[in-house]
Amino acid sequence: MKSYGVWAGKKIIRMMLLLLGVSLAAFWLVSVSPIDPLQANVGQVALGSMSQEQIARLEEYWGVDQPPLERYLAWAGDFFRGDMGDSLLYRQPVSHVIGVKLVNSLWLMAIAWLLSGLVGFVLGIGAGWNQGRLPDKLIRGYSLVMASTPAFWLALVLLIVFAVWLKWLPIGLSVPIGVEASGVTVLDRVRHAILPALTLSITGVSNIALHTREKVIEVMESDYVLFARARGEGVWSLLKNHVLRNIALPALTLQFGSISEIFGGSVLVEQIFSYPGLGQAAVTAGLGSDVPLLLGITVISAAIVFGGNLTANLLYGVVDPRIRKGEIRQ
Amino acid sequence: MHRIRKRKPEEQEVKIQPERPWQPDEVLRIEHLSVSFAQYQKGLAKEDLQVIRDLNVSIRKGEITAVVGSSGSGKSLLAHAVLGILPYNARQGGHIYYEGQELGRERIKELRGREIVLVPQSIAFLDPLMKIGPQIRKGKKDPASREKVKSILEGYSLSPEVAGLYPFELSGGMNRRVLVSTALMETPRLVIADEPTPGLQMKLARRVMEHFRELADTGAGVLLITHDLELATQTADRIVVFYAGSTIEEADASDFSLEEKLRHPYSRALFRAMPQNGFTPIPGTQPYAAQMPSGCPFGPRCIHCTQECESPIPWRELRGGRVRCIHAE
Amino acid sequence: MRERKAWLNGRQRTLVLFLSALIFLGAITLWGQLFAEQAQVTDFSRKDLAPCARYPFGTDWMGRDMFLRTLTGLSMSIRIGLLAAGVSALAAAVLGTAAALGRTMDSAVTWLIDLVMGIPHILLLILISYACGKGFRGVVAGVALTHWTSLARVMRGEVLQLREAPYIKAAKKLGVGEFTLVCRHMLPHLFPQFLVGLILMFPHAILHEASITFLGFGLPPEQPAIGVILSESMKYLVMGKWWLAVFPGLLLVATVMLFDVAGESLRKLLDPGSAHM
Repeated sequence: MKSYGVWAGKKIIRMMLLLLGVSLAAFWLVSVSPIDPLQANVGQVALGSMSQEQIARLEEYWGVDQPPLERYLAWAGDFFRGDMGDSLLYRQPVSHVIGVKLVNSLWLMAIAWLLSGLVGFVLGIGAGWNQGRLPDKLIRGYSLVMASTPAFWLALVLLIVFAVWLKWLPIGLSVPIGVEASGVTVLDRVRHAILPALTLSITGVSNIALHTREKVIEVMESDYVLFARARGEGVWSLLKNHVLRNIALPALTLQFGSISEIFGGSVLVEQIFSYPGLGQAAVTAGLGSDVPLLLGITVISAAIVFGGNLTANLLYGVVDPRIRKGEIRQ
Repeated sequence: MHRIRKRKPEEQEVKIQPERPWQPDEVLRIEHLSVSFAQYQKGLAKEDLQVIRDLNVSIRKGEITAVVGSSGSGKSLLAHAVLGILPYNARQGGHIYYEGQELGRERIKELRGREIVLVPQSIAFLDPLMKIGPQIRKGKKDPASREKVKSILEGYSLSPEVAGLYPFELSGGMNRRVLVSTALMETPRLVIADEPTPGLQMKLARRVMEHFRELADTGAGVLLITHDLELATQTADRIVVFYAGSTIEEADASDFSLEEKLRHPYSRALFRAMPQNGFTPIPGTQPYAAQMPSGCPFGPRCIHCTQECESPIPWRELRGGRVRCIHAE
Repeated sequence: MRERKAWLNGRQRTLVLFLSALIFLGAITLWGQLFAEQAQVTDFSRKDLAPCARYPFGTDWMGRDMFLRTLTGLSMSIRIGLLAAGVSALAAAVLGTAAALGRTMDSAVTWLIDLVMGIPHILLLILISYACGKGFRGVVAGVALTHWTSLARVMRGEVLQLREAPYIKAAKKLGVGEFTLVCRHMLPHLFPQFLVGLILMFPHAILHEASITFLGFGLPPEQPAIGVILSESMKYLVMGKWWLAVFPGLLLVATVMLFDVAGESLRKLLDPGSAHM
């Protein structure tokens, strides 16, 4: 168990380093940009209403008269203390903006994440088990088409069908326009989240299904399944004792690895359904040169993605007896 | 004009009978087994690759029958064909009889794992993520099965704790015994051992073979598939020599004590290649399945080869054994 | 088991599939290029037409032929994809091979791959586009610089495996020079992987190009880019002009799928493991 602790510690340190790398890379990218975020936003209300102190601090981060490395250190130091700076567009601390948007996005993404994982897993098993037969062809065909379909176009089509033609669901916004935040019911929230969640789930399924299918086929072609068949184990016994057991671990990695994809999809989908989440904020920040917000979102989303990978790794270590008992070093 | 519809096999009402009358001491008989695969050659051409062409063997109760052939000659397919677990792109021909009746698709499904068991060649055939105990009892959880596993392990002087280990935790000596013990959950009538002693030293290999002798002593027939002629002659009762997809000789194990007792030129060459008989290598190599000569497969390497050897050679009885050679006498 | 006499066997079918996909994609690219001028023509006498025989994809509120606009947009997407895939594949090959040079180099490359994969792809595209001051250049740079990771991983794995292969070790012992070793013995093995990876990069590149332009980064609104067309269509969906979104999108999906088909069939043809297909 001690070796597991060391192993897990290494994974955590690696994740920290990666996160540091992400922040450095992102900062470098925005600092080489010919766009001056202060100039770009000079006419904006935000700057006008900011205190002298706030503007001074902005110049410390983004002004041109300081070397980039020093600016990075100032920014990263504040960031580490929980101060991500102020958003130029929202006139609020970045941490606050991200907090609000993240909560909105989180349950959209969580639903899509669980739904696509579950459906993808089941479809993948169905396809792999029936390799080469009709169910496999159908599931593979669906997955290939979906893999080639941009999430934003699918969102448009769903919008046309369910909102414009059938008028079952609202066209956009997570809450009805003109209603006070307190007047928003849970039902309203759900109704507005259905289409975005559905779009994300539908596109997320294909990747999980295809990878699960491949794993199932690998297991089905293994020597141990051959032997199990030679021992007269029936369909259920094979599925329960060998297939599920051996694809559970890769599926775990796949599921946690899909966070990045779900996040990327949510950026597009939120834009189309005007869903006020983190993805939409990222687009707004990018288009409006709101550098503090853009950087904040980048680091936070990378932290979520790395956190997902780390969780998968750590769970793997607990579940897989070969790692748990110290046989394999990863 | 009517087209004559071909009758499908399951519509034939005539019961398929073995060529020769069934002997009471036989468990399994394989007649003219062939196994082939569709395969692409270079480029776009498709071809049938016949790995097993004409395999004949009979297993008797209480005996160990060894099928001996060189590595990579497709011997394992014999085990898979009997058990009905050939890969989907394989085609199988010939007949397999078990206890006097043809062993069809449905019947083998009933029998495998119960009366007909396989002992695999390595722990790669065990599920890496399943503990030994559940693995031996195929996931059953009832107390009777648990008790049975315990007594089986005891019989192979393995402690009950072994049941709680994963395959990767077994030591080399333990995993041989665990592999054999998988055969004992039920009472097998036929045990198929596919290369059970790969890379083992003679002493260890013979100890493994003792387990199979014990199984045979309970009245089961044992089919041993191996590349190791020396081991086969020391531990089996009958030996069938497999060459380039066909069985070419069936002999008593004792026949391998003297070259003159053997019937086929290839068996004799194998005999001379054994360390204690001169270590003489056989010139040439086995033909590849795609470039098989039309007649005797050993023809190109045989000093007795004549014109007649180019037509198909029958499998015939000779001096208490069988041989596929027109010159043998 | 049951043999069916087919007009073509599996491999021949795959080859035909591969070639038709290539020809089709080539045709779209050329066609779009040839009609680039006509795609820009506005004519208010034919505005807002639903799809008909004359205008298969209909026309928009300025009377532009949506079919030609879509073709031109796709043609540009394919050309950007071509460039992006080329740059990315080269980067993947260099980094993947470099990873095999030593342990330090290997961990540096793996770390870089993990780093790039850690930022959600769209977000990275936004960042790079911003770094380039947005505009056309930003889109091209973003798409070109972000697609190398998975192929680099594959190449790294292949090279590491090759290094350990007995025949490579034997060649080294025999005194074969490093350069000859790489050219004569390793490249022939890596090339098929590289080629398949290159083609399979297109679908991603095209989808990402469309996505980032859809979000409003990069191309100016009058450009007939597929992302621009689709994002414009959003404003008219509520008015029932579904064709503005549906048909261009369908053709985009078809194009992406064709690249996928081409890549997968090439993989099948080059893979010795498909001998039993």
